[in-house]
Amino acid sequence: MKYDVHTKVQPVVTGDALPKVRPELTTKGQHMSGAEILLRSLEAEGVKIVFGHPGGAVIHVYDEMHRIKPQFEHILVRHEQGGTHAAEGYAKATGKVGTVLVTSGPGATNTVTGIADAYMDSVPIVVFTGQVPTGLIGNDAFQECDAIGISRSITKHSYLVRDVSDLARTVKEAYHIARTGRPGPVLVDLPKDVLLAKGPFVYPETVNMRGYAVPAEGRVEKLERAAQMIEESERPLFYVGGGAVNSDSSELLTDIARHTGIPVTTTLHGLGAFPEDDTLALRMLGMHGTWWANQAIQHCDLIIAVGARFDDRVTGKLDSWAPHAKVIHIEIDQSCISKNVFADCAILGNVRNVLEQLRPMVKPKDTTEWLKQIDVWRQECPLKYEQDGKLRAQGVIENLRDKTNGDAVVITDVGQHQMWTAQYFRFLHSRTHITSGGLGTMGFGMPAAMGAAFGMREIGSSRPVVCISGDGGFVMNAQEMSVAAAHKLPLKLAVINNRFLGMVRQWQELFHKERYSHTDLSDTNPDFVKLAEANHCVGLRATTPEECRQIIDEAWKVTDRPALMEFQVAKEEMVFPMVPAGAATGEMITDRMTPNSFV
Amino acid sequence: MADTLVLTPQQIIRKKAAGEPIQPDDSEMTRKHTIVVLVENSIGAFIRVINMFSARGFNIDSVTVGPTEDSSVSRMNIATVGNSRIIAQVLRQLSRLVDTIEVTDLTTTDYVERELCLLKVCYTKDSRSEILDVSDIFRGKVVDITKKTMTFELRGPSQKIDAFIDMMLPHNIVEVARSGRVAMQRDI
Repeated sequence: MKYDVHTKVQPVVTGDALPKVRPELTTKGQHMSGAEILLRSLEAEGVKIVFGHPGGAVIHVYDEMHRIKPQFEHILVRHEQGGTHAAEGYAKATGKVGTVLVTSGPGATNTVTGIADAYMDSVPIVVFTGQVPTGLIGNDAFQECDAIGISRSITKHSYLVRDVSDLARTVKEAYHIARTGRPGPVLVDLPKDVLLAKGPFVYPETVNMRGYAVPAEGRVEKLERAAQMIEESERPLFYVGGGAVNSDSSELLTDIARHTGIPVTTTLHGLGAFPEDDTLALRMLGMHGTWWANQAIQHCDLIIAVGARFDDRVTGKLDSWAPHAKVIHIEIDQSCISKNVFADCAILGNVRNVLEQLRPMVKPKDTTEWLKQIDVWRQECPLKYEQDGKLRAQGVIENLRDKTNGDAVVITDVGQHQMWTAQYFRFLHSRTHITSGGLGTMGFGMPAAMGAAFGMREIGSSRPVVCISGDGGFVMNAQEMSVAAAHKLPLKLAVINNRFLGMVRQWQELFHKERYSHTDLSDTNPDFVKLAEANHCVGLRATTPEECRQIIDEAWKVTDRPALMEFQVAKEEMVFPMVPAGAATGEMITDRMTPNSFV
Repeated sequence: MADTLVLTPQQIIRKKAAGEPIQPDDSEMTRKHTIVVLVENSIGAFIRVINMFSARGFNIDSVTVGPTEDSSVSRMNIATVGNSRIIAQVLRQLSRLVDTIEVTDLTTTDYVERELCLLKVCYTKDSRSEILDVSDIFRGKVVDITKKTMTFELRGPSQKIDAFIDMMLPHNIVEVARSGRVAMQRDI
C-alpha cells in the first residue's frame, strides 16, 4: 500500500495570491549581473519593501540598487534580527511575503532567531543571505558560515544558488513556497561570484516543483462525516488557530459560527479571526486562556479545530485534555494532523476552501443549553484585576483599547504583557493581533511593529499600529526605533515597565519559592523616555492611571514619528488564570489565593 | 487515510475509559519499517530528509541512496523502527518536505528486501573448513583470500545477514561492511 500521497500530485495555486508578472520588468533574455537579476526578480515578484543590511558579500546587490533604483523601498535596519522581525510584522499585517536581504556570516546568523520565529508561527518571509564566492565555500573564508546548514531545520525550504542562470527561477520558487500551503520562511543563499556573473534574465511565470503541492479543497467524504459529527454533537466548540488568519477566513468562520450557533475559542494566533465582542466568543483558551474557554474545552463533546496545531500551551497535559470530545481537524499541514491530539475526522485542505465547502452542509443547531452552561462559567470566574487606584498593566491595555475602540494593529512582545493583551484587548478584526507565539521571542515586538507600520502605510490603512512591550523585551531590539523615526512612522510604543522579567518572576514566585534569581531589571533598565528621545522619538511616562490616560492622548497627537509611552506598573502583578506547565487544563489557578498544591 | 492508523496517548485513555479493546499494534508495538523515499537528486534533498529524522527525534537503522532510472530522481531506502503513531508522523513529515516526490512505507505491503554484506574473517587450518561450510549454508561467496583471512560476499534479507554474522562471531571477524537495506514492492 502506498502511503497517501495525494497531496503530492497536483500543485494547486490559489488565484489572487499570485501577483502577475509585469511585462515591462521582464526584459526577456537581457544579459545582466546576478545582482541585477535578483533586484529585477524582486520587482517582478511584486515586492514593495525589503528590510536589509549591507555587507561585503552583498555589496554588489547594494551597488546595483544604487544604480538602477528598483521599484521597491529598501529599509536599512540596524540589526539583521530586527530586519527579520520587521519582515514578519509586515507579512502578518498585510498577508504578503516579507523580504530580508543580509550579508554572509554574521549577517546570516543574526537572522536565525527571526527565521526560527517565522517557522514556528508560519509567517511567509524570504531571507536572502550573501555567501562567500563558491570557490571559497568550505575554506573558512572571512565572514563565511554555512547558512543553509544552520537554517535547515528552521526553514520551510532553502536554496544555495550555484549558477546565475538558476537565480530568477529560485526567487520565483522561494516566494511561491513561502506564500502557499502552510506559510513559512525560505532562505536563499547567494554566493558573491553568482551575484557578479552575467546571465540572461527571464522571470518565469509559473513554478514547476513536482515534490511540492498545496492542499486546497477537502475531501468530500471527510466533509460529509464532519457535517454529520457536527449534527450529532450536543456541546460543539470551534477551536480556531492562526490558519484561519493566514487563509483570511475570518468572515467565513464568523458566518458559520453564527449560522450554527457554535461557540468559538481562539488560540493566541487565532485572536481576531472571530470578533471577541460576539456572544459566541469565548476568547483565548490554554495556559492563560479564560476560565470559561478552558471549561468549555473540558466539557465539550466535539472540537472543530480550524487551522490550529494543538500546541502544548493550549492543551497542557495531553491525556486529560478535552476528555469527552471528538475532534474534527481542518488543517493544511498534514504533519499537524494527529500529532498531539487524535483527529477523529481529519480534513486536509486550505481552511478557507474547506469552510466554503462546509458552509452549505451544516444546519443551525440548538445550542441554548450549552451556551447557558458556558455563561455560568463566565460568571464564575471573570477576568479581573485589583482596582486600587494604582497603575496596572491590565488597566493600561484597557485604556489603549478604549482609545482605539479595538480598531488597531496590536503587536506584542513576549511575556506577561503579551498575555494581558490577549486577555484584555478584545480583538475584533483579523490581522490586527501580531505576536511571537511558538518561539516566544523577546525583542520581537518593536521591529515587528515597525514592519507592520510599513505594511499599513503601503496598503493605505489608517489603523494605528500599537506595540505593547515589556521593559525586558523592548530593550532587546530597541535599536530599530531610530529606523522607525527616520521613516516618520507614527508608531505607538507602549512599554509596560514593572522593572522585572515579569513572566519569569511569576514562575519564580509560584513554583520556585520566591527565589527571584536574576529577574530584577531595575539596575539595568535604561531611562525609557531618554532612550526614545535619543532615537528621535517622543518619550512619555506615566505612573498613575490619570497620567496613563493623559500620555495616551498625547501620544496619539504625535503623527510624524514614533511615540514611546512608558507605564511604570506594579511589579507583583501576575497573569491569571493560569494552567501550570504540564498540568491538566482542569487544574487552573485563578488567583494568588489558590493553594499551591501543584508544586 | 492515516487517521485510522494512529492512536495518541489521549486516544488510548479515551478508549480504555469507554471499555473498547485496544490492539497492541494500534499504538505501542514497535516494529521495523522500510520506507522508500523518492527525492530530487541533490545532496541538499538527501540531507534535508536525514536532518528531519534527527531534528524530530526519529530513529534511523540504515539509509541507502542511489540514482534511479530517471537521473533527476534519487531513491532512498530508510530502515527505521517505531510504533504506528510515530511511523505515521515520519511519513507525514517526509511528504511535507519540498524535495520529496513520493513516500512509501513498504512494511504493510508485500515487498522484496535485500542487503549486501562483505565480511572478512581470520582462519586457521582447523577453522577453515568450518568457516567454508557456514558460508555454503548461507550461499556466501569467497571474493578474496590470503594466507590469514578470507572475505565473503553475502546477499539476502537483513535477518539472513544477521544470522551469518552471528555464526561467524566465534571465528575472529576482522571487518564487516553492510550496505543497508534496499527494498522494492512486489507486483501483484
